[in-house]
Amino acid sequence: MKNVYTWSAIFAIVFASVVGDVLLARAMKQVGDVGALRRRVGLVAVIVRTLGNPYFLFGVTAMAVAFFSLLFALSWGDVSLVAPAAASLTFIGNAVAAKIFLHEKVDRRRWIAASLVAAGVALLAG
Amino acid sequence: MLSHGMKQTGNISLHHLQGVIFAVLNPWVAIGILLLLAFFATYMMALSWADLTYVLPATSLGYVLLALVARFLLHEHVSPLRWLGIALITGGVGFIAGGPELTTHPAPHADAESKQTADESRATAIASRGER
Repeated sequence: MKNVYTWSAIFAIVFASVVGDVLLARAMKQVGDVGALRRRVGLVAVIVRTLGNPYFLFGVTAMAVAFFSLLFALSWGDVSLVAPAAASLTFIGNAVAAKIFLHEKVDRRRWIAASLVAAGVALLAG
Repeated sequence: MLSHGMKQTGNISLHHLQGVIFAVLNPWVAIGILLLLAFFATYMMALSWADLTYVLPATSLGYVLLALVARFLLHEHVSPLRWLGIALITGGVGFIAGGPELTTHPAPHADAESKQTADESRATAIASRGER
């Protein structure tokens, strides 16, 4: 039963952080090239524009949810399971979500890269 | 990337100091939070320039940096399995970062550049037609 709790929490982490990353990426695509924008309107305006973006706010909220899910997961499961499982599944989930929701061109090269990084993170964090 | 690694370094130091000297806890927490903010700001900047599927794997170099810091600064033991993990991450990041196919990826930055080149070549074509 504890296993079910742990894995539910792990999937909650993965889901929330994937949602967060996708929303943040979309927010920054809307804000645009930060470097060029800063030269045009100044640093403060860039920060205000970023913080005022609704996608950014939802993204940060999702990240907070992911963080608290991590705390829950750690209270139920071992860190040696939770950390690598959540981290590596997030990389795979992000590749899928970026393809579907951000319409990024995730070609074979990027799939392989995501899988390699996910495997590497699983080994390192474990 | 560096800030990501540094952020994790901050966290390590935090864990080390926590049990030993409680007095230095606060400065470390402050530094940790500052570095976390720096990581987040640079992450947002990177996302404004490149695809999520490009930026995210690249940030995983932080794990590699963390392991190297643990090995060489904190003199922790890094097992062969973890070295394999480092190799896999480095290989994966090299896979997206290097390679000629990068320009065909519609990372907005590269996209803008290629559009610019296209515009330039069109301008050159028009100019040369004008000469004739």
